[in-house]
Amino acid sequence: MAFELPTLPYAYDALEPHIDARTMEIHHTKHHQTYVTNVNKALEGSPLASKSVEELLRDIKSVPEDIRQAVINNGGGHANHSLFWQIMGPGKGGEPSGDLSKAIGSAFGGFDSFKETFAKAATTRFGSGWAWLVKDGQGNLNVYSTANQDSPLMEGHVPILGIDVWEHAYYLNYQNRRPDYINAWWNVVNWDKVAELYASK
Amino acid sequence: MAFSLPPLPYAKDALAPYISEETLEYHYGKHHQAYVNNLNKLVDGTADAERSLEEIIVNADGGVFNNAAQVWNHTFYWEGLKPNGGVPEGALVDAIDRDFGSVDALKQALTEAATTQFGSGWAWLVVDGGSLAVTKTGNADMPLRHDQKPLWTIDVWEHAYYIDYRNARPEYIQKVLDNLMNWDFIIDNYARAMRL
Repeated sequence: MAFELPTLPYAYDALEPHIDARTMEIHHTKHHQTYVTNVNKALEGSPLASKSVEELLRDIKSVPEDIRQAVINNGGGHANHSLFWQIMGPGKGGEPSGDLSKAIGSAFGGFDSFKETFAKAATTRFGSGWAWLVKDGQGNLNVYSTANQDSPLMEGHVPILGIDVWEHAYYLNYQNRRPDYINAWWNVVNWDKVAELYASK
Repeated sequence: MAFSLPPLPYAKDALAPYISEETLEYHYGKHHQAYVNNLNKLVDGTADAERSLEEIIVNADGGVFNNAAQVWNHTFYWEGLKPNGGVPEGALVDAIDRDFGSVDALKQALTEAATTQFGSGWAWLVVDGGSLAVTKTGNADMPLRHDQKPLWTIDVWEHAYYIDYRNARPEYIQKVLDNLMNWDFIIDNYARAMRL
């Protein structure tokens, strides 16, 4: 069964003024849709087409070499954007609570220093990519960035928070000012969803 | 001696409507300038501060390479763009026919490379060991790192086209190839590369 573009769980203008409606619409209907279309194309006729995109990325070495890079790029693009829409929301922001708050505190020495570490990863990713908060195999939290659409799932990690720093994610609203976009993005982070992802699995 | 932003070889609206004045304000005025500023910050007080951009590009890694190469790449990109930029002629045409079959086939190869460079990067026409070739590079990577002589480039970082074309990278590529290729610049670069 072919992958499909997930419905956005809020309106295109719901994240204004931090992320503008025009950016959200193009990002969702054009960029994300293209990844979905292209991963389907790459997997057409393959027995792997029955797997979830997460399964494919977690076991990327089992994907035949001739389509592996296409699955990394487009399957990664599909998985990364699907997560991205979920961990944002209108009227969100603030700070995590409960177990996630404790885990961030012990891993990074507090929420502020976590934010600093994460923002630095996002700011310094040269070219296109993502910054992530991931849970590793031992359940420990870590922050790093990946290039292009490379997914932390390929490293055996579970991404629980991610920011897209491809220029298409912010250029219409922030142009060259990536740090301003990152700064504003904290206002739309859906920490309840991040906590749910942290608690699962 | 600090590196500086070279003057744009034309007015900021000279490439419109294919590349807008607004794009050039950001792309040249902000992005290109930022690479110059970052490079100066990184090399300040180091031996690289006394080296040429090309020497740094061939030898450096990390942030110094990224910023030095991006300074060079953008300067080269601006010079390669021009409205009414002449036509391919002379020895260059012979080489294009020999290595690609036709100018249209060369443009097709450039389109393919520029369209399929995943993420940020560049597509290039280069001289590689005496032959013409089309290549693509990620992020700041460029032909001097690969013993190739660049003749022309197109920037496919999203900042190069997002204001004017949004996600429609193929449309940007086509407009540039059809309207803004500075063939006089390519002819000069080819002559220099081949020592004609």
